[in-house]
Amino acid sequence: MALTDDDVRHVARLARLGLTEEEVGSLRGELSAILAYAERVQTVATADVPPTSHPYPLANVLRADEPRPSLTSAEAISTAPQAEGGRFRVPRIVDEES
Amino acid sequence: MTTTTTVEQATNYEAVIGLEVHIELSTRTKMFCGCAIDFGGEPNSRTCAVCLGQPGSLPVVNAAAVEAAIRLGLALGCEIAPSSRFHRKNYFYPDMPKNYQISQYDVPICLRGHLDIPSERGVRSIGITRVHMEEDTGKSSHVGGSGRITGATHSLVDYNRAGIPLLECVSEPDLRSAEESRVYLTELRAIVLALGISDAKLEEGSMRCDANISLRPVGHTVFGTRVEVKNMNSVRSLGRAIDYEIARQNEVLTSGAPVVQETRHWDENTQRTSTLRTKESVDDYRYFPDPDLLPVEPASEDVERLRAELPELPAALRARLAETRGLSPAQVSVLAGTGLSALFVQSVAAGAPASEAANWLANEVTGWAGAQGVEPVAVPLTGAQLAELVGLVADGTLSAKLARQVLEAVLSGEGDPRAVAHARGLAQISNSAELEEIVDSVIAEHADAAQRVRDGNHKAIGALVGAVMRATQGRANPSLVNELLQARLSA
Amino acid sequence: MTAELLTCGARELAARMAAGEVSAVEVAQAHLDRIAQTDDHLHAFLRVLSDDALATAADVDSRRAAGAPLGALAGIPVALKDVLTTKGVVTTCGSKMLEHYRPVYDATVVQRLQAADAVIVGKANMDEFAMGSSTENSAFGPSRNPWDLDRVPGGTSGGSTAAAAAFQAPLAIGTDTGGSIRQPAALCGVVGVKPTYGLVSRYGLVAFASSLDQVGPIARDVGDAALLLEVIGGHDACDSTSIPIPPPSYGAELERGVEGLCVGVVREFLATEGLAPDVRARVEDGIARLGKLGAELVDVSLPHAAYGLPAYYLIAPSECSSNLSRFDGVRYGLRVPGETTEQMMSRTREAGFGREVKRRIMIGTYALSAGYYDAYYVSAQRVRTLIIRDFAAAHEQCDVLVGPTAPETAFPLGSKTADPIAMYLQDVFTIPSSLAGAPALSVPVGLDDAGLPVGLQVMAPVLGEGVMFRVARALEADLALDPTPRGPNSLEPPDEEHDAGSDAQPVRLVP
Repeated sequence: MALTDDDVRHVARLARLGLTEEEVGSLRGELSAILAYAERVQTVATADVPPTSHPYPLANVLRADEPRPSLTSAEAISTAPQAEGGRFRVPRIVDEES
Repeated sequence: MTTTTTVEQATNYEAVIGLEVHIELSTRTKMFCGCAIDFGGEPNSRTCAVCLGQPGSLPVVNAAAVEAAIRLGLALGCEIAPSSRFHRKNYFYPDMPKNYQISQYDVPICLRGHLDIPSERGVRSIGITRVHMEEDTGKSSHVGGSGRITGATHSLVDYNRAGIPLLECVSEPDLRSAEESRVYLTELRAIVLALGISDAKLEEGSMRCDANISLRPVGHTVFGTRVEVKNMNSVRSLGRAIDYEIARQNEVLTSGAPVVQETRHWDENTQRTSTLRTKESVDDYRYFPDPDLLPVEPASEDVERLRAELPELPAALRARLAETRGLSPAQVSVLAGTGLSALFVQSVAAGAPASEAANWLANEVTGWAGAQGVEPVAVPLTGAQLAELVGLVADGTLSAKLARQVLEAVLSGEGDPRAVAHARGLAQISNSAELEEIVDSVIAEHADAAQRVRDGNHKAIGALVGAVMRATQGRANPSLVNELLQARLSA
Repeated sequence: MTAELLTCGARELAARMAAGEVSAVEVAQAHLDRIAQTDDHLHAFLRVLSDDALATAADVDSRRAAGAPLGALAGIPVALKDVLTTKGVVTTCGSKMLEHYRPVYDATVVQRLQAADAVIVGKANMDEFAMGSSTENSAFGPSRNPWDLDRVPGGTSGGSTAAAAAFQAPLAIGTDTGGSIRQPAALCGVVGVKPTYGLVSRYGLVAFASSLDQVGPIARDVGDAALLLEVIGGHDACDSTSIPIPPPSYGAELERGVEGLCVGVVREFLATEGLAPDVRARVEDGIARLGKLGAELVDVSLPHAAYGLPAYYLIAPSECSSNLSRFDGVRYGLRVPGETTEQMMSRTREAGFGREVKRRIMIGTYALSAGYYDAYYVSAQRVRTLIIRDFAAAHEQCDVLVGPTAPETAFPLGSKTADPIAMYLQDVFTIPSSLAGAPALSVPVGLDDAGLPVGLQVMAPVLGEGVMFRVARALEADLALDPTPRGPNSLEPPDEEHDAGSDAQPVRLVP
């Protein structure tokens, strides 16, 4: 699968990776090669073979609706790069997600 | 652009509306971890490694959330999937602890149901496409600016809400008007309340509704371009937003322009929708089955048991109430809609006449619940107590006015009606002998008024009745007082 | 005396401590000294936890003196791959993204090691976020192979296997997604086990590929590896994919020998282009030994084995692209400032992730994206089904399957970093059992012509660890190899640490 630079930029945007132009160029070649290699799965992956998402077949793994101890507010934000008033602080957000 | 209070649709377009409703479940713990769902408390104090998305943490499904989903699906006539799975919906946003939301995609737990609503065209069966489970996000507050995102200098995130179980209920695009949409949402809410799975408060966000609205020429079957509208925080604003949007799209199409596919935001202050984001900026969610979670495969015996244990749902309840003699349609409607129907049924079973019980519930009890901020289903009154109260009024022990006082006392936990009336000395005095003494002393004290009555001024008796009532702290039986005064003064 | 403490295995140390011959503090100190003396060369550890280790050891000694009951690993030093969360102790995953990150909880495996009274001596180096085959992708510098310090130890658990091979600890914990315990174990000449998927809890294992990741034991002999697996294995309610079974027990089966067992030799593996001839020769010798010991050797086929690698390089990156989305500078780890949150996230991820991680995130994001999902991700999952069926068919006849663990022995640092696919090919034999969720281990089988360790892989059916250990143990006992790294450029063994540069004759037991 031959990718274009625009393909690479689009995927990088989806993945929130701020690639440099140099990285875009070199990744384009690498990704194209890797995907071309990976594509050989299509030879044998016919529609009559069901996909496997879990190697060990379990179902109905549920837990009772019983409360367990939570972290304290201090513990929860102990890892925060920036905190304010017990909350995680981030720079202004551009995209509305209401 | 004119806004009108009643929508005049262009004669050649019809509205096609679908609603997506998110219901926050009132389980004890979150969807995928054991954090207790408590409101209030410090920010980030109801979190753990799992709902904070800490590296290495893993989700485990809450059995009560699955049960709630199945019950809602059954109440909506859905098929319960023999095997459903969780998918990851991948997108980046700071209130998303993992930058993916665990949701359900192509194999949801409930499919293909319906919700019947009364409309001016008779009963309409609105299709339910699906009900699925997912987790809620955290909450961001925007600092600086007006509190909305635009103009903010930074944002602060609290993950207490992150991971709370949500059910998403998606309707087919079968609704045709704002009115139908309001009825649909009200009915869905009534079902959710009857099931007891959520407190479903639109104003507080425990129930949220988004609308998808498009127009098409009447008689056409192909759908027009769809616009999503968000941020309607009440049934009323849902109706207004839909009316506005229908009118807006109507005007666009009539002018010959195409409707842009986009997401719009309803503004309660300006009563308009405005663009939030266009399709181009929507993420590719890259759904794939969550490898950390296994399929949910409810046993058919369990599904049947849940079906058998379903409470009487609002539609069935309305039908049954409508058949109860002595109830007006208005009373039926109120009872069915406010969650007081169980209490009504109990009261009637305990001997209260239907109409009396219905009136007390619709007026005094509902009023008390609203003033106290208590959900009607949680009112601390039994059917037996209400029946007793109604009986005390009927047999003259209590005047209607005093009965209201007694009711308040009963609701505050003072005891049963008869006991309260006795303890507070509120029992109506209907004993002629007792009253005669008081009547005589009142006549003596108000000789002028008494004389006026004897002289033929019947209205003057009011002052004397009032005096007797005051002397008895309102407990005298007013009609008996009247009788006695008449008798004394005409002798 | 000190050298003996370092070279005897975990079970023997346990016996000596139980007999009162040596204290847990002495054992811990001996290992910490060995680490201090050698890790500048080896760089197996990112963080050595001397104070905590000695405190735990002291506690074990006082409880033993008081007659209190002690856990199965009491006083035994263990190296812990830095991909498992340790509460309050920096856990980096070999990445700048988590360079200063202190977890708020302990991984289940860590809790079980603590409950067993193990002495965790340090956090071991690894390829960043468990992606790689050489430990060269660590953001903090590679580890080296004790057999030749200019060569890689393998990866991603290279720090763990190097530590065990170099006598810095008798036991180590690694993780294996496509071969990341087995391949470095083979390259370092130690035993490394990837358990059945779901046998060991993943709670607290920073996720790379969720449907493939497993935590597993590393040791210098099979019995010690089995003991460690008994301690960490068994159901965990915090991990939904955890198999609902109690902690396992392997002691009874270990020494039963291979008489009467059917051992399948995987035809496709031995015929793989890229398998070094002397590696093949050593592995074939090992297999022949199993035959002489009484196993029935049968030729088997895994017809879809060749599709395993490409399927893996779609599934693993896809899952990882989602698992690594959480690293965005908001809640923990690195933050690179930005005007907006979007900018902050992009800059943070650009700066925090190394090249290989970015490559895999990109592949995974692409493979899951609209229009490509069916052709890539779903197709790869169909191949997974085919491989599971291949194994099931082979196991109808065979108790275990055998073959080489890795196509090559330890390669020089820097020799494969230019070509990603060349690096990926190191996992060609280990990936199929990862996809199948089946257990597999690597056991040392000899040295190649350059004197570098070769590993033989034993693969068993799901939850078949017992027979897997049994076969490996029989081979190990028969070979009686000296695990001490030797060679012109090897790390000094404990005996000779006082004579740096001495040329003591290596005792090479070449079959």
